[in-house]
Amino acid sequence: MDWIGETVDSIKSLQIRQVLTQAVSLGMIVTSALIIWKALMCVTGSESPVVVVLSGSMEPGFKRGDILFLHMSKEPIRAGEIVVFNVDGREIPIVHRVIKVHERQDTGEVDVLTKGDNNYGDDRLLYAHGQLWLQRHHIMGRAVGFLPYVGWVTIIMTEKPIIKYILIGALGLLVITSKD
Amino acid sequence: MHSFGYRANALLTFAVTILALMCAMASICDNLNHPTPTSQVQVLNINWFQKQPNGNDEVSMTMNISADLQSLFTWNTKQVFVFLAAEYGTPKNSLNQISLWDGIIPTKEHAKFWIHTSNKYRFIDQGSNLRGKEFNFTLHWHVMPKTGKMFADKIVMSGYRLPQEYR
Repeated sequence: MDWIGETVDSIKSLQIRQVLTQAVSLGMIVTSALIIWKALMCVTGSESPVVVVLSGSMEPGFKRGDILFLHMSKEPIRAGEIVVFNVDGREIPIVHRVIKVHERQDTGEVDVLTKGDNNYGDDRLLYAHGQLWLQRHHIMGRAVGFLPYVGWVTIIMTEKPIIKYILIGALGLLVITSKD
Repeated sequence: MHSFGYRANALLTFAVTILALMCAMASICDNLNHPTPTSQVQVLNINWFQKQPNGNDEVSMTMNISADLQSLFTWNTKQVFVFLAAEYGTPKNSLNQISLWDGIIPTKEHAKFWIHTSNKYRFIDQGSNLRGKEFNFTLHWHVMPKTGKMFADKIVMSGYRLPQEYR
């Protein structure tokens, strides 16, 4: 009866070792993705270095599903730049173009007015009630680069969560079942 | 080792790498283009010029804008966004930029244009500094690529002095 116990022990130890390896490799994948994201945050100085365009207000320049790379530098904001800004009371940031800039002589603060290229009027209707200008703290970054279509992945995933779960499940299964 | 999954994975990785490389190269070769655009603007008439009840000056004008932006277009250019801004300084603000007119140029064929227009956006100062004020017309352009880095530049054109009196 001794040998049975030995075999069971060896199988158990094997399985634990294998499970541990899988867990570690899964952890490596997750953490390396996190490292890349945080490194991008450091390099670009923007809290979300990559944004997906969700509306058609900047067509035909940016369509829904395009990806924008943001950069936030100390340089002053000027007319014509495409900025991503947050309005108080709105959760989703907006990507629009600056059409008016007034920069203070003494403090260097800026008043900025934006407009979507495809919209008829300026953005005062989108701002908080009674707000006429955007200030520096509303602005999350300016768009510097552009990649088409890639953002559709995230749009589909947020709108059809089932696809997201299927994808995560399949990837997880792949990682767990792969032998080497 | 030579299962279907591994081969599909290798093929997909290779395809994505090549695609990313081609996008990067398309964006990089935009740097080789040295554009030489030209532009002119002419104020034909001050339609009206007044002080708003809240104390800000507002002016409306009619202009002729002509520009040749053909040299901005490369094979990676999706469109060029162009706008005319009035730029000036006041005792309160070190810089005021006010977009007066803008347009989207989709193709090179449309990049040489001439337009007769009044200002599309309201020309309002923050305060009452516009009487007798000299400002610069600046033509800005923003090149939107099919993929990659966006380019922007401007040319500063002749200035214009607003009249001394409201009308």
